[in-house]
Amino acid sequence: MIKYKVISQLLLALPFVAAFFLYVWAVTSSNATYRKWSLYRTSSWTLGILCAISSVAGPLAARAHMDFTAHMTGHLLLGMLAPLLMALGAPFTLLLRTLPVHAARKVSKLLKGRFVRFISSPVTASVLNVGGLWILYTTSLYGMMHHSFFVHVAVHIHVFLAGYLFTVSMISIDPSPHQKTFTYRAFVLVLALAAHGILSKYVYAHPPMHVSAEEAQQGAMLMYYGGDLIDLCLIVLLCYEWFKRVQKVSFT
Amino acid sequence: MEKKHEATANQRVVHRARNSWSGFLFGVGLVAFIDEAVFHQLLHWHHFYDKSTTAAGLVSDGLFHAFSWFATIASLFMVADLRRRHGWWVKRWIGGVLLGAGAFQLYDGTVQHKLMGLHQIRYGVKIAPYDITWNVLACLMLLIGIMLTWFTRKQGAHHD
Repeated sequence: MIKYKVISQLLLALPFVAAFFLYVWAVTSSNATYRKWSLYRTSSWTLGILCAISSVAGPLAARAHMDFTAHMTGHLLLGMLAPLLMALGAPFTLLLRTLPVHAARKVSKLLKGRFVRFISSPVTASVLNVGGLWILYTTSLYGMMHHSFFVHVAVHIHVFLAGYLFTVSMISIDPSPHQKTFTYRAFVLVLALAAHGILSKYVYAHPPMHVSAEEAQQGAMLMYYGGDLIDLCLIVLLCYEWFKRVQKVSFT
Repeated sequence: MEKKHEATANQRVVHRARNSWSGFLFGVGLVAFIDEAVFHQLLHWHHFYDKSTTAAGLVSDGLFHAFSWFATIASLFMVADLRRRHGWWVKRWIGGVLLGAGAFQLYDGTVQHKLMGLHQIRYGVKIAPYDITWNVLACLMLLIGIMLTWFTRKQGAHHD
């Protein structure tokens, strides 16, 4: 079992380590030809990677196996904060800037394609993100996660990817050819936030398997208020986008 | 100077509706924030989750919480936009705030507290005086909100 834990920690952390080095390499290589890449984006990406790694490997990840509050801290870091910070790092803009033109065209075609359009639509992304959490905490999946190596890894990958998808479906930092209108995104965002808040209160009253009532209460409140805090950033970014757009519409 | 003044007044009249909406949304957010900060966090009068909470109540509370969180921030961006257009009309905006605050508090005090039994203002005390104070305050805010909105319906912009 111990060996499995080490392997799963490595397996989950390595992609993030790789993503960090790839990003730094892309920044240095494209800086040689183009305008300097913003330090703010690089720092945001780095912080995001650190959040993600600290939740999948190391002391917090080890404690998350028996401590629900630690698990919930990890969830906030991996599913909400890391995706937000990494999205602010604008990885796709950087990728398009670094790749040779013909390869960049292919990526951009892929981003414009039907699959990305479907999966990055606010509704799909919200269902994958918050719906996934509902399944995790209201079924036996949470218990299984701590006994099966495969389920453990799969849940973590899903939480991060769904969190990232959700973030980019709401705010346009990178090129987003399918971005929906402000009102549409605002509406879906409010529903998704509500579903997250309701789930927190549900977990408070109905602890997941193997979690004591007291731990569930602490974890649930962390999920509720911590979620609010990160959602605050998301709402500000979305509204700021509106604020910039209405200026363009009326002042030119 | 006179011309500039007139331009501002015009902008206010043009953006009457947006002033009201922005205020209304801010009012909803303000009441929800006071509720959360004062009654939950400081006084501990409300509970995070109450055993008698029904599923419908939980959903309604969740939706309102998310909506008011969004509304607070969105309304302030609207104020920034109105100021940028020289169209912020404080008196009308405050009318909107009182309308939103009153409407939300009345909804909370009647539908959420009484009809759905989602939670009460306070526990272990006689609740009637609290309920009356709560709803009377809500009606007062609504009333003043309606008056301010009425007074600023069109030409008042030149004089305040």
